[in-house]
Amino acid sequence: MSNQEKHWEKTRGLLFITLAIWFVFSIGIFLFGAEMNEVTGPFGYPWTYWFTCQGSLGAFVILIFWFANRQEKIDEEFGFSEREDE
Amino acid sequence: MIKGNFIDNLPRVYGIYTGGFIGFIIVMAIAEQMGMTAKAIGIAFVAFTVFIYALIGYLSRTAQADAYYVAGRQVPTVFNGMATAADWMSGASFVAMAGGIYFKGYGYMALLVGWTGGYVLVASLLAPYLRKFGCYTVPDFIGTRYGGNLARFSAVVVLTVASFTYVTAQINATGTIASVALDIPFQYAVYVGLISILLCSMLGGMRGVTWTQVAQYIVLIIAYLLPVFWISNKMGAGFFPHFMLADEVARIGELEQQFGFVKNAAADLKSVPKGLAGITKAHSAVNATPWAFISLALAMMMGTASLPHVMMRYFTTPSVKAARKSVGWSLFFIFLLYSSAPMLATLSKLSLIDPNLPTGIIGKTFAEVEAIDWYQNWNQANLMFISDFNGNGTLELNEFFMGGKAVVLATPEIAGLPYVISGLVAAGGMAAAMSTADGLILAIANAISHDVYYKIIDPKAETAKRLLVARVLLVIIGFAGATIAAMEIQGILGSVIWAFDFAMSGLFFPLVLGVWWKRANRQGAIAGMLGGLAAGAWYLVWVRTGGSGFLGITQLTFGIFGSAVSLVLMVVVSLMTAEPDKATQKMVDDVRVPSGKSILGKSH
Repeated sequence: MSNQEKHWEKTRGLLFITLAIWFVFSIGIFLFGAEMNEVTGPFGYPWTYWFTCQGSLGAFVILIFWFANRQEKIDEEFGFSEREDE
Repeated sequence: MIKGNFIDNLPRVYGIYTGGFIGFIIVMAIAEQMGMTAKAIGIAFVAFTVFIYALIGYLSRTAQADAYYVAGRQVPTVFNGMATAADWMSGASFVAMAGGIYFKGYGYMALLVGWTGGYVLVASLLAPYLRKFGCYTVPDFIGTRYGGNLARFSAVVVLTVASFTYVTAQINATGTIASVALDIPFQYAVYVGLISILLCSMLGGMRGVTWTQVAQYIVLIIAYLLPVFWISNKMGAGFFPHFMLADEVARIGELEQQFGFVKNAAADLKSVPKGLAGITKAHSAVNATPWAFISLALAMMMGTASLPHVMMRYFTTPSVKAARKSVGWSLFFIFLLYSSAPMLATLSKLSLIDPNLPTGIIGKTFAEVEAIDWYQNWNQANLMFISDFNGNGTLELNEFFMGGKAVVLATPEIAGLPYVISGLVAAGGMAAAMSTADGLILAIANAISHDVYYKIIDPKAETAKRLLVARVLLVIIGFAGATIAAMEIQGILGSVIWAFDFAMSGLFFPLVLGVWWKRANRQGAIAGMLGGLAAGAWYLVWVRTGGSGFLGITQLTFGIFGSAVSLVLMVVVSLMTAEPDKATQKMVDDVRVPSGKSILGKSH
């Protein structure tokens, strides 16, 4: 397998992990919205209400920064990162 | 002053700007104490901010294609994040969203999740790869990746349908605010809004729009957050509302139990002015089925990743790495406003319905409510209405009606904040609608001038002529949008949601598969774009004309059907026809790594 193929395989792996986490916070938890809302969550808000107001939104912000850092590491590992002067 | 190493000076330039704006607010507050009228304050706020944007637009004028189309590809990560946030948050986010949450509760909050979650798709599936590609517009990517004028043209068609649907709503919003703040009829105010929009983008193209959008973000975020914090503190609800409103949310639930949701007779509802709604849904309870919530969120997320005016913001970053980080910053700046909207809705609702609060009106007599100043003002503006359906003389929860916009626009006044805050909110709404309209009009005009005129009609055209065509188109599209906006066909929010559905129907899979599936070819992409758009449009018309729909897909989520058709068509047609040639496959390989030259040259 060439260097580029290995790079792409790792990139694709990272994509699947990222999309799996994205799925949990955007879709997965809302399958159980009614049940989860019965329980008190962060700052005293009901759980589902808190996720729609802040929780999922914040999770997405963190997820994107985490993804960007991981992808940069993958690019560096295979020598595909950009030089600063480009 | 700011020429030359402008980019290095950005933090200082916008620091001074922010300080200046805060100074302006303070001056207005003092002027109010000294007797300046509410109307004059409103005019001053809108006129002053629009003048600043126009000045930035003028200073950013350019005659280079690279600067006009992609701001010279040197916008730093964080500033691009701010510009994207302003580009993204429209009149719908600023003026209408809190109102929607106020009236519809949980079912509507799917939009909060959808309009943020989509950025994960943008960051992981598309933005870095399209940045590496080096295109000027989204159809530029489609046209080069799949090859051929028909593919390019199909992408322009989808882009125009989606963006035009969106832009009429934004010009409508600028017109509404300009007509209230400047006190002129809506039909004229629409054109005042349009001229302000064109002043920002005409001379500087993407460069002008970028630097005005950063300025507009600063205005709109101050205008949104300041009232939320102020009201929360004034009501004693909490110093930091986002973490401290649990008691208030619970109290609203209690009051809902106590009052009950009384259903009004159809005959009674006829007397309520059009566009106003009563509180009929629980505030924090789960009141939608999982599929209703998830399908709306999913449609908005996939739409986010297909809207060209957002995607093209990431063409302006210096590198692929910066494009990825920039998506994170965009979402962070959007998060600041979106996480505040439910808090504003909570504070607004409680301040009106809690009889224990001095601002509460439920349980008061009609004579008392009708004597309140702010009620008279907003009733006159056709945004509030009360009617004694049961004839007992006291106002019940089901007898109070309000327009969605009033939650953002009227709450400061109801809570007893000085008028200067209302002026600030008007300026913020104007900034939100203008920045989005700018991005949209530019996306359409650039696609037509670059992809249709330069790439298809006259590939030998000189830069000066190309940019002239782009500017003429900008004006034509703007006026077409304003003319349709002046007819007031649909509400702001409905048409914004439709734009997302159109975009995802035609563009989501052709874009994503262009990077992630090498086997995707021209025939498949054309079938996917045109078939998806046609299927989505057909579904919308069918449901609007009395069709029953299926699988719980409504007129707000028709993109789910359109994009499914698009995916199937694209895969089937691609597999039935020949695979892309070696050069195209090599191109896809090159797009997938950040290093090396971009596919399209610096000036193409």
